[in-house]
Amino acid sequence: MRWKYGLPLIVFAGLVLLFAFGFRLDPREVPSPLIGKAAPLFSLPRFVDPQSQAGPQTWQGAPYLLNVWATWCVSCRQEHAYLLQLKAQGVRIIGFNYKEVRGDAQLDARQMTVQAETEFAWQRIGEWLRDGGNPYADLVVDLTGRTAIDYGVYGTPETFFIDGAGVIRYKHIGPITRELWEKSLRAKWQALQGGQ
Amino acid sequence: MWAEWGQFLLALAVAVAGLQALFGLVGAARHRLAWMVAARRAAVAQMVLLLTAFATLIGRFLASDFSVALVAKNSSTLTPWYYQITATWGNHEGSMLMWALALSGWTAAVAWRSDSLTEAMRARVVGILGAVSTGFLLFLTLTSNPFARLVPAPGQGRDLNPLLQDPGMIIHPPLLYMGYVGTAVVFAFALAALITGRMDAAWSRWARPWGLAAWVFLTLGIMVGSWWAYYELGWGGWWFWDPVENASFIPWLVLTAFIHSIIVTEKRGAFRAWTVLLAIAAFSLSLLGTFLVRSGVITSVHAFASDPARGLFILGLLAVTVGVSLLLFAWRAPMLAGGGAFAWFARETTLLINNILMSVAAAAILLGTVYPLLLDALRLGKLSVGEPYFVAVFVPLMTPAVLFMAIAPFLRWKQDEWSRLARRIVGDLAVTMGAAVLLLWWLDHLTLRAWLGMWLTLWVAVGSFRLLAERLGNRMEGQSAIERLVRIPGSWWGMWLAHLGVGAFIMGATLLGAFEARLDVKMAPGQTAELSGYLFRFLGVQEVPGPNYTAMRGTVEVRQGDRLVAVLTPEKRSYHFSAMLMTEAAVATTLWRDLYVSLGDRVDGDEWVVMLFYKPMVLFLWLGPLLMAIAGVTAALDRRYRRTQAAAMPTVALAARG
Amino acid sequence: MAARLFPRETLKQRCAVAAVVAAAVIGLAPLAGPLGQTAYAAGQAPEERAQPLSDPVLEARALALGRQLRCVVCQNQSIAESNAELAHDLMNEVRSMLRAGKSEAEIIDFLVARYGQFVLFKPPFDGRTLLLWVGPFLLAGVALWGLWAAVRARNRQAGIPPLDEAEKARADALLADEPLRKDLR
Repeated sequence: MRWKYGLPLIVFAGLVLLFAFGFRLDPREVPSPLIGKAAPLFSLPRFVDPQSQAGPQTWQGAPYLLNVWATWCVSCRQEHAYLLQLKAQGVRIIGFNYKEVRGDAQLDARQMTVQAETEFAWQRIGEWLRDGGNPYADLVVDLTGRTAIDYGVYGTPETFFIDGAGVIRYKHIGPITRELWEKSLRAKWQALQGGQ
Repeated sequence: MWAEWGQFLLALAVAVAGLQALFGLVGAARHRLAWMVAARRAAVAQMVLLLTAFATLIGRFLASDFSVALVAKNSSTLTPWYYQITATWGNHEGSMLMWALALSGWTAAVAWRSDSLTEAMRARVVGILGAVSTGFLLFLTLTSNPFARLVPAPGQGRDLNPLLQDPGMIIHPPLLYMGYVGTAVVFAFALAALITGRMDAAWSRWARPWGLAAWVFLTLGIMVGSWWAYYELGWGGWWFWDPVENASFIPWLVLTAFIHSIIVTEKRGAFRAWTVLLAIAAFSLSLLGTFLVRSGVITSVHAFASDPARGLFILGLLAVTVGVSLLLFAWRAPMLAGGGAFAWFARETTLLINNILMSVAAAAILLGTVYPLLLDALRLGKLSVGEPYFVAVFVPLMTPAVLFMAIAPFLRWKQDEWSRLARRIVGDLAVTMGAAVLLLWWLDHLTLRAWLGMWLTLWVAVGSFRLLAERLGNRMEGQSAIERLVRIPGSWWGMWLAHLGVGAFIMGATLLGAFEARLDVKMAPGQTAELSGYLFRFLGVQEVPGPNYTAMRGTVEVRQGDRLVAVLTPEKRSYHFSAMLMTEAAVATTLWRDLYVSLGDRVDGDEWVVMLFYKPMVLFLWLGPLLMAIAGVTAALDRRYRRTQAAAMPTVALAARG
Repeated sequence: MAARLFPRETLKQRCAVAAVVAAAVIGLAPLAGPLGQTAYAAGQAPEERAQPLSDPVLEARALALGRQLRCVVCQNQSIAESNAELAHDLMNEVRSMLRAGKSEAEIIDFLVARYGQFVLFKPPFDGRTLLLWVGPFLLAGVALWGLWAAVRARNRQAGIPPLDEAEKARADALLADEPLRKDLR
């Protein structure tokens, strides 16, 4: 039974391998259970016309990227420029503004009325689009974040890859950069076209 | 200039540690007395160097020298001086320096206090510790230099993380690190035994007090951490099975198994392979804990800013240190097999069962902690493993251990008869089970969980007092009970107090879990709320400035009947240098209960959400481990460990035969 | 002392607490206005952070449920305990669902459908987690079996002769490190 003394070493070697592998993984990344399912329906006010509403039912028929963002989100700024390039390449991007006022840590929105909050949000988004350009084919605003919960949003930016039938095919967490697009995301976008 | 001086000291320390390892190990192997003595001197020199370096770092913090990157990131001119000192170890680099300092301290202590050891043994232990130090100091100087400069130096620092600006933070890391690092000593003893192939009762007598000392620090460190989380994090939780908490608990379990296993090695010469493996495992798991916190591989509220480069270095350190020792174990441990035989019903058996249960419990907690990583690596999805799992696994494993805790001390070594104790054990089981049912029924809270806890508490209490009575009863003629009491050796008291401490802890945890109450309520000034027989009156919130923060301080009066029991002032602090809003709970403590109040958010104008907690028996959660720590000290100071080498010789010869 | 520690009349006391809080809330209801609802349904009221429910039983259920759910943006905290935005949002969602009469199971399913299994502190019992749940007990079983085998092997080798009473007492005293009684020497 001499071999039993070697067991601790073997178990330990296994652990070390596991940890070495663990460096490549991100323990904070939460995969989405919505992949392969229909995009949850909603109706949110559109930025261009607050009286009208839009949602997946409006955008169905052609694939699109649903980009969750806000002006207070630093990574979204970084992503913004590249999204404009993608738009120029013909990628259809729908914007989903997430808690523009309430999500801003610098503001205390609790004293604002809904009216004031809406005005303030529209103003900020307007400035942002004017200064940085508008990469969005359509843009809706979720002031409270309630709809975002239905999409399992837990941070910004997040981008959902949705096909023409309205099914979520992929969720990308974090900003979209040139490297990421070239390496993996473009392929996923092209896959959406195929499944129409 | 001072920072460069500090770096120089560290570089020197690396060299000294390397020489310490060289002189110690080679000197012992070649029987060169001069070298072995040199190793000891090197150990002391290393400690002096590191102590000076550490003092230099503290000096930089106190001077608010923001040209040192660490000071700029963790302190500010507005930080109170005692937190400026704490900031030294409230970060990765500084805490690693503290690790290295603690290691050098333990090494110097072993070099100094081990006159009863043979020179060769002492040199080997010091040499092995030197090798570990070298690895650590290399890590420190190459990847985590605490004295790195920041150019250009900013005018103001970023202040210490508000969560760490707290009295608990001052003592928790030093205690914990002394515990973690203390396991290195028994580790070194174990490796020395493997190298020489000799592990007799003398070895056990040398190693056991060091193991107990490390265990005392680790117990206190964990206890203070838990206490700190309790009052600092704002909702009165005291254990979250967070990966970093688990990382400290796992080595504690293994070290506890070690100090039990070594009893058998000392008295019966058995379990030597077990004892050695437990010692190696305790230190390895401490290292693993260090790795987990700093590598970014696992998320935790405690995690330091993670850096894969560092993580890889520590992993390498871990792989080499533990890999070499386990290799040595696989090769040389078969030599240690053997030792006295024992029957089924004997003390050895119960202690071996204890070894097994504690090791499996440690392995289970480790499994639960790394399982999310395992599944993610195998692309099987993302799971989280939290409290429900750990409780479901830990309780069934440890319940038999607690049961045996009150049986084992009654058993004879080598062979005992079931008939001798059967009636009493079964009787005690029945009585304690029944009493627990009755007690909880009377208190109107009869649940399985509460019953299990109360039963084990009563079991431990009954067993402990029976044991003491039996001990006092075995008297010589003419000897009074008091005389008898005084003659009981320290290690027996240690066992007795520690087991009682476990019982106290179980009692606290059970009753707290069963009877705690919480009420979250919106309150305007002048309003009252009632909880568990106490009346809480909210008197409003005022703005109160602090040295590096502004606080919204609430005042809550607590009454029981007509009597004013406490005035509590919970705060919500906004620190100048960080966006964090800190909740400072207010606690009124007595032996039997804590009243805990925490401020939530402001609702409207004057109205605030106030969180009220009634927490019975919380103090026992801390008293239990405190008792255990006292027990450990008592056992370590047992006079038989303080005998000189000359007097120890005959006992060594005798014990070695058994 | 026990009566102070653990009130016997807990049911009565709970009712009393509920009545006091309910009375306070009812009394203040005209002032509270839309604060009783969470803001999400129609975006009517100003933004609210974690708002405890006025019904203490429902609030207790909300907290108990919240404690079982992981805050996915925090490091190892539950949504009931965390101060993160998302945690507050999810807790309010839990509260409004409880008020709407949903059961705990439905709420858990709701969140798992959106955030995945990761949101539960208790890992599920399926093929992937078999090792996790069964492993420790299997290990304990194997180890204890090993113990049994080892003790049996040892005993067969050693053949220990039993001691008589006097020898046992003497052995006990010696091992306990004590001076021997006269009759045992």
